[in-house]
Amino acid sequence: MTMAQMPVRPTEPAPPVPAAHRRGRVARRRRREDIAGYVFLSPWLLGLLGITAIPMLISLYLSFTDYSPLIPVTESNWIGLDNYRRMFTADPQYWHAVRVTVTFALIAVPLKLAAALGVALLLNKAMRGISAFRGLFYLPSLLGGSVALAIVWRSMFNGDGAFNSFLSIFGIEGKAWVNDPTWALPTLMLLAIWQFGAPMVIFLAGLKQVPIELYEAASVDGASAWRKFAHITLPMLSPVIFFNLVLETIHGFQGFTSAFVLSNGTGGPVDTTLMYTLRLYNAGFVELNMGYASAMAWVFLLVVGTITVVLFSTGRFWVHYSDSEER
Amino acid sequence: MRSKVRLLALIVILAVVLYPLVWMIGTSFKSPEEIASNIGLFPTDFTPGNFSEGWHKFDFVFGRFFLNSAMVAVLTVVGNTISCLLAAYALGRLRFRLRGFWFAIMIGTLLLPGHVLIIPQYILFRTLGWVGGDWPYLPLLVPHFLATEAFFVFLMVQFMRGIPRELDEAAVIDGASPYGVFRHVVLPLSRPALVTTAIFSFIWTWNDFFRQLVYLSDLKDYTAPVALTLFIDSTSESSVGPMFAMSLLSLVPVFLFFIAFQRLLVEGINTSGLKG
Repeated sequence: MTMAQMPVRPTEPAPPVPAAHRRGRVARRRRREDIAGYVFLSPWLLGLLGITAIPMLISLYLSFTDYSPLIPVTESNWIGLDNYRRMFTADPQYWHAVRVTVTFALIAVPLKLAAALGVALLLNKAMRGISAFRGLFYLPSLLGGSVALAIVWRSMFNGDGAFNSFLSIFGIEGKAWVNDPTWALPTLMLLAIWQFGAPMVIFLAGLKQVPIELYEAASVDGASAWRKFAHITLPMLSPVIFFNLVLETIHGFQGFTSAFVLSNGTGGPVDTTLMYTLRLYNAGFVELNMGYASAMAWVFLLVVGTITVVLFSTGRFWVHYSDSEER
Repeated sequence: MRSKVRLLALIVILAVVLYPLVWMIGTSFKSPEEIASNIGLFPTDFTPGNFSEGWHKFDFVFGRFFLNSAMVAVLTVVGNTISCLLAAYALGRLRFRLRGFWFAIMIGTLLLPGHVLIIPQYILFRTLGWVGGDWPYLPLLVPHFLATEAFFVFLMVQFMRGIPRELDEAAVIDGASPYGVFRHVVLPLSRPALVTTAIFSFIWTWNDFFRQLVYLSDLKDYTAPVALTLFIDSTSESSVGPMFAMSLLSLVPVFLFFIAFQRLLVEGINTSGLKG
């Protein structure tokens, strides 16, 4: 912040240069820019190596060992593929976590995007107060990832929470939703869907880019509102839908805070909210089995990477880019 | 007519969306008896008792946890803005060998899930003696001083691409070095991107939980989110009020940022999202 406030001093003009020296100067300038590039890049390079790349390689190595923080790294044993074998064949909790995470992503992400698109369409028609609405819908996206909100959510869907008070108005008898094996995961999904404001804002920006002439031409041809939506809005919006889909899917796979708080760190009741990252945390930092947790992390990385690649390759078939748009 | 229906629909949806927040505020001011008996949104009798009870609930006052959170968030903001700006200038404005390669790597790390790295990073920081010492915040802060938050690097590269290149060229003709161009052209013009980065860094760090949970093990070092989880363990009726009061307090800074920078925040996700 302080850097941004530095005053601008005018640079001093350089003396004129004879043409003969030009070429030497250009080469020198290029070398200078080479050096400057790496000077400016050096913190990032250090971070890339020390904080990202080398730890990644270490965790790949650890995934073939029985490393635990209770013993020095040098005393851990190479156990080959045992961690992976255990994960896939001998750890029912692992598969449980996979199932919970995939269910979460498959249901919560489409619903969240549908809510975002629906409200964006309602908001898009020019009207007064749009920016106030937009801001208020966006607010949950800022607050929703916090522990504080997960705590509120947990209380709201508890036996004596606000949700049951609401149901009682209609004479419906509620239950402790967060402690019910059938309903705990939907409660968690609802918290994610509640934060539809961020993709909604991106949808709104996308809707503003759709040329109004297309709708006018369609109206002249007598197209219904539904046909306009299906044949103009959706195709024109497909790059934005795609962008939101990729972002929210990757985001959805990583949900940790809400699952941790709603289940008090256990992933319960009976593992029904055991998100993958929560299982990973428990394996590494509660059971202190870091070799095993590293194996889980690598499988997670490969799966998320594969899903991203698959999304991008299917995108070719349904994402429509107009000529002017570069991506 | 149709626009009235639309407005009504929006108001109903908004009411549902904001309900949890309003309920949270109302409950924070209810006495324990009212929490049990009054199912209405607001207390009949506003009592601030939950706040003082929550504040003094643990061996350290809650203010200490807020201060810890604020310190981590402010230092993260400093680290992120400086380091990401430097990286973005190199990747966005300078021509140097292998630039395209490094840029591709940076894009690659954008989608890298942070959870994958937590275990080896933990081991690394522990080996360096940074975990569990007198000041256990280094593992939370150092990565941010090394521009590991690729999202912000990307955001600033996108922004800098919008600054006319002629300005650089003019400065170079005037004899400015790449450092001079950075100092006198790019830095002052990048202010909006710096502000966006600063605000998002603050809010994300303030809300962050995973890393703080991993690295902070001593009550005196706890940040607000980690301290809040202590309330969950004590599930008795009487602690709901104080728990809500402290949760509410912990959201106040984010809310203030929201009010002050609403436009910037909403526009920020657009510029970073799709278009430069």
